[in-house]
Amino acid sequence: MTETSQHSGPVLAADGRPLKASLARALRREKLRAMLLIAPLLVFILITFVVPIGQMLFRSVENQIVSDVLPRTSEALEEWSYNDGAAPGEAVFFALTQDMVVAAERKEHTRLGSRLNYEESGISSLFRKSGRKVDEIGEGYADQFEAVNPMLVDPAALTQLFATSAWSEAVASDAELAVTRTFKVNKDVAEALPRASDAFREFAVFNQSVDEKDPRKAKLWNSVSLALFEDLRQNPAATVDGPASAAIAAAAAAVPAFDVEDLAQSFAKIDKDWLDPEVWTVIKRYSPEFTNGYFLNAIDMEKTVDGPAWRDEDQQIYLKLFWRTMLMSMTITISCILLGYPVAWLLANLPTRQANLLMILVLLPFWTSLLVRTSAWKVLLQQQGVINDIVVWLGLVSDENRLQLINNATGTIIAMTHILLPFMILPLFSVLKTIPPTYLRAAKSLGATNWTAFWRVYFPQSVPGIGAGSILVFIMSIGYYITPEIVGGTKGVFISNRIAYHISSSLNWGLAAALGAILLAVVMLLYWAYDRIVGIDNVKLGG
Amino acid sequence: MADGTSNNAFVEFERVQKSYDGEKLVVKDLNLSMPKGEFLTMLGPSGSGKTTCLMMLAGFETATHGEIKLDGVSINHIPPHKRGIGMVFQNYALFPHMTVAENLSFPLEVRKIGKAEREQKVMRALGMVQMQDFANRRPTQLSGGQQQRIALARALVFEPELVLMDEPLGALDKQLRETLQFEITNLAHQLGITVVYVTHDQTEALTMSDRVAVFDDGRIQQLAPPDELYEAPQNSFVAQFIGENNTLEGTLKEVKGNSCIVQLDNGDIIDAMPVNVGAVGERTKVSIRPERVEFDKTRLKADAHTLKAEVLEFIYMGDIFRTRLRVAGSEDFVIKSRNAPDQTRLTPGQQIEIGWMTEDCRALDA
Repeated sequence: MTETSQHSGPVLAADGRPLKASLARALRREKLRAMLLIAPLLVFILITFVVPIGQMLFRSVENQIVSDVLPRTSEALEEWSYNDGAAPGEAVFFALTQDMVVAAERKEHTRLGSRLNYEESGISSLFRKSGRKVDEIGEGYADQFEAVNPMLVDPAALTQLFATSAWSEAVASDAELAVTRTFKVNKDVAEALPRASDAFREFAVFNQSVDEKDPRKAKLWNSVSLALFEDLRQNPAATVDGPASAAIAAAAAAVPAFDVEDLAQSFAKIDKDWLDPEVWTVIKRYSPEFTNGYFLNAIDMEKTVDGPAWRDEDQQIYLKLFWRTMLMSMTITISCILLGYPVAWLLANLPTRQANLLMILVLLPFWTSLLVRTSAWKVLLQQQGVINDIVVWLGLVSDENRLQLINNATGTIIAMTHILLPFMILPLFSVLKTIPPTYLRAAKSLGATNWTAFWRVYFPQSVPGIGAGSILVFIMSIGYYITPEIVGGTKGVFISNRIAYHISSSLNWGLAAALGAILLAVVMLLYWAYDRIVGIDNVKLGG
Repeated sequence: MADGTSNNAFVEFERVQKSYDGEKLVVKDLNLSMPKGEFLTMLGPSGSGKTTCLMMLAGFETATHGEIKLDGVSINHIPPHKRGIGMVFQNYALFPHMTVAENLSFPLEVRKIGKAEREQKVMRALGMVQMQDFANRRPTQLSGGQQQRIALARALVFEPELVLMDEPLGALDKQLRETLQFEITNLAHQLGITVVYVTHDQTEALTMSDRVAVFDDGRIQQLAPPDELYEAPQNSFVAQFIGENNTLEGTLKEVKGNSCIVQLDNGDIIDAMPVNVGAVGERTKVSIRPERVEFDKTRLKADAHTLKAEVLEFIYMGDIFRTRLRVAGSEDFVIKSRNAPDQTRLTPGQQIEIGWMTEDCRALDA
């Protein structure tokens, strides 16, 4: 029995503190120093790797574009549902007009159009067309207001009306400020004329920030007149103070007699798709700031009115592609084991001189560009290529039946096995090197044949190397891009090629991010499973 | 030299040579014959060819020339796994991915022995080395001595008649080594197996073996029982290699039957027994064991030649006294005397005269 074990409490250090706390304090400094050593790398990785990837993956659920570009419409659409069986009412079209005018002026509508086009084709052109003509909506009201009082369509007078007195005074003292000082809405006026002041604020701020113009001298948007009409129609009793009060009162009196423009019809005139409830469902479905739509797409599902559903059989590609990627990666891994094991064995057992030469041969491919190696395979594998020529010359295959070795899965497997082989050989070699040849001798002295000695004694000890090589090769091949792209044709491409397509061609980054996130999850899952089955401690990359 | 072939030989090397590079012979003309049940040790400095001999016997190296016979049959072309020879390796070579019991079961499995019999044999072999309780451990969970015991049990479990051991105790500490030396010899004698044991530790060789083959330069320098090896070395290499030894160099002056006179390089004359000498006038090395040197004149023959010596160092070692002397110009002449009540303790600087019985001083090759 030691002295400490007789105490029931924690072990104390010489100064009376608990030993654990003392130890932690002593180690903290060391840990801090260690952290400082790796800090530059950590920061580098964080900035160049973790943050961009995190951001990219975030795109797979992020969907702010609809609510950003069409904030009023999204809000107005909350009341509406597809089951109404018809396009939404005037309130929604009013909101759409206001949003579209701003979006068109800011040129954001095409971006939104492309985004929604991923979900429903045709929306892109719908938005582009609408963006061009939306400024005409409300023109009738502008003319009628002008007839009542030209002041009602005069930007200078309206600026006076809608701006805060502080803003007006500042601008009055220095005309420059009309551009630089952000336009502020007068609260009292906003209460009386909420839509009009909102529309005018958009107009003023756009002129200030994008065109860098004095809003007082800009051309007024028709949407402001539309908004003013809507305000006065809904609230004829609205009054404002100041010089414009008389004009507003006159306008309020005149509004009931105005020619009313049917906004839905105006949009339908631009494109009749605006009356199609399908279009509106898509907009409504993608109004929330976050969506699972990209992920559903990535696993061949789509959002429908009745919730997520499988796509039609002939439209399903991603699950098939994931499955093919896994299957081909496994084939490549297994071929690498079969081809790499004997080489690694030779490397570990040859005399140093010959082993070094062999090692150089193994490493040689690393010093050659990946593209060059892949292109070389193209030359070798094509139908009129070297391998086919030899096979035909040997008479194994007739000239008409030349083997199809490229632009299919075979080509991808052959080329990738070659390219990834060193990643199998090197970890395997480092493990085989540590297995003393005495084990084989011992097994043979105990009566085992060469094969039994290898299979029962040598091979089990090399499993950690196989594990390490397999993880490396499998994970590398599952995300491989260049080689399948060049030699894979259509049948031999991987999911990564599809991701690249969405990143660079279709520009559907959200879907690309969702596919990437799934790929990442699959790899992690496999890694976890491997850890559970084989144990990651059993993986040796060296020593 | 090694005795020739005998009819009851169990293991035989006949004119065996081995070369790895085709330029140098590692084993030169090896002739050796062992009867069944013998414990023979191959002793020698590293590079003397002893391990190569063992490996040729086990079948991991092929003889460049000559024949190796086991029980009268040439085994030159039999692969190692068919020779049925048990082997204990220097670093045990226990399979790390198998438990102790699986390790022992392995040689029985490859011999297609049934499960029940296998288990019984494994337990019996573990019993022989007192390791029954460790059957389910992994080799890495055992200490060096325990691993060595298991390696031994594994080499014995399939009941081979010949067991080879390649420096099996090299990695163990002294005390454990001594215990295991004892255990191995006992076991070998109990089971009546023939053992070829390779070591470079002469104490091990002397204490364990029936006969010791001293290797040097690819040849057996002497093959003899331990006592003969120690007391009657045939050449100066063996005399030097086995035990502590004083060597004096000189020229042969005169040979009279079982005795001769050697003139040392400083002119002194000593008596010696001619064992391995040439003609009169040739160079010789005389070898005297430290414990056979006398400095008490009363114990020597009256007419014996004596040498003047100066005490350089006196070391008290408990059971013995070790005294270093300057004799005939050499400063590392050592004598050992038993710590008895009447023993004289020499003091450094003291001038004494030393001598010996003629038969203890062997004149060997130069």
